[in-house]
Amino acid sequence: MNAVAYPRHADPALEWTGPKRRYDLVKEATIALVAVTLLTVLLAALFSSPDVKPVTVAQWASASPNDFLSTAVSELDGTSGVATYGPPYTHVAGAGQNILGGVSIERALGVQLPIDPARAFVLDPLSIPARTTPLLARALAVYEHAPRAQQHAWTHAFAAALAKGNVVERVRRQPRLYGPLPVLMGELLAMARSGGLDGALVSTDRFYQTNFTKALLFLSDGSYLESLAEREHLLGSQWGMMNETGNYPGQAWLWLYTFWYQIPPFSTSDNADAQIWAIMAVLSLAFVCVPFIPGVRAIPRLVPVYRLIWRDYYRAASGR
Amino acid sequence: MSAPTWTGRVRARGLAAFPPERLLPDTQPAYVGSWIYVFGALTLGAFLVVLASGAVIALAGPAWWHTSSAGRFFNSIHLWGTELFFFFMVVHLWGKFFMAAWRGRRALTWATGAVSFLVSIATAFTGYLTQQNFDSQWIGAQAKDGLNAAGIGAFFNVLNYGQMLLWHVVLLPLAVALLIGGHILLVRRRGVVPPL
Repeated sequence: MNAVAYPRHADPALEWTGPKRRYDLVKEATIALVAVTLLTVLLAALFSSPDVKPVTVAQWASASPNDFLSTAVSELDGTSGVATYGPPYTHVAGAGQNILGGVSIERALGVQLPIDPARAFVLDPLSIPARTTPLLARALAVYEHAPRAQQHAWTHAFAAALAKGNVVERVRRQPRLYGPLPVLMGELLAMARSGGLDGALVSTDRFYQTNFTKALLFLSDGSYLESLAEREHLLGSQWGMMNETGNYPGQAWLWLYTFWYQIPPFSTSDNADAQIWAIMAVLSLAFVCVPFIPGVRAIPRLVPVYRLIWRDYYRAASGR
Repeated sequence: MSAPTWTGRVRARGLAAFPPERLLPDTQPAYVGSWIYVFGALTLGAFLVVLASGAVIALAGPAWWHTSSAGRFFNSIHLWGTELFFFFMVVHLWGKFFMAAWRGRRALTWATGAVSFLVSIATAFTGYLTQQNFDSQWIGAQAKDGLNAAGIGAFFNVLNYGQMLLWHVVLLPLAVALLIGGHILLVRRRGVVPPL
């Protein structure tokens, strides 16, 4: 028999007055810690952890130059994913997902991380080699000082040439149709392949850099990143983020969040993210408030798992 | 007699709420005798393993594990510790659900456990974002849309590595530790829920 009694409940009316048993909490916690430590070390030794190298812009430009150039042109003419995204990156009338009807938190908060895609992804990076390349400097000046309609005509023609293929030959035959675009895109491709664009996309006027927003947005606008993700079964339609590269368990605890993306109407909705986040917010609140939700809090009485958990107690009680 | 000091008041309230025999009891009601009770301690053990392995990685910096076999090993411990942490926590949660463990003024104990689970998800998520590999790139590119749609993407920017790293190694683990600490204190204060 122990000298120390079971702690009194904060509410004396709820105090347990039945029989007690020895229970060594510190011993249990110590054994649990040792067991979990040994198990994790064993799992780490047996299975290691995945580490697929990150994609660089240099790799993208070398492996899929057509996709890279198409993306760069779409940034210039304002048709890329980021250019048409809306808040928090770009000012686009009506852009932004609705939670219900026309209600959009995205639009209500507006542009918080302003990005000018043409300048951020193409013109500003090109201004670096332009300092030492007069041909590029002239092409940049021609493009930036041209009327908007002329810029669109050049980008439209160049995008069409890229789509048809054999762009070098097409430019050689009708150079006037593309204006300064061949020089700009040729230099951007060379800069990207050399790794210079990777650096330019994260550089600011400060020395230390930790923000990869621009670089990741640019990579996301192309289809190369997505094609690699599809190979790793990471697309949204493949249960996306809860998967891990290789044959490793990922964030399985995100199964419910990821589940909604697999079923209609969310699998085809333009507002799926906003709607699923709203659903998950309500479900998360309900999860925290289970003790106060009639019906849900009654489930444990209806499903007799508790009889299994406390089987010794009920056996002893029935024997009395 | 002089007025009690703030220190004295805190001590008195602390001792009233948590006398030593309530904080560290060595007896429990006879009904506390199932394996399901072990999963709370296992969750805490896994949390400590994750914290310790994360601390070792932090010693050499976030890029260490990509270039060193020792670093890779500690990253693997960090990963598997996290997987076990969630497994134990989910079993613990289901166990407590089927015990209706919120009865007897224990709703706050349930709520702190539930919030711990949700904040742990955010903590693990930022870990995946700061691995500095392809997985991080893709998860960030995908997750930004949901966070932007919810209106928090600009303030919790999953594409900003520096911001996510600090959330992962300071703010969120601290929140989880405080929540788990509060949860354990509530368990000690209210005691283990009796059978239905």
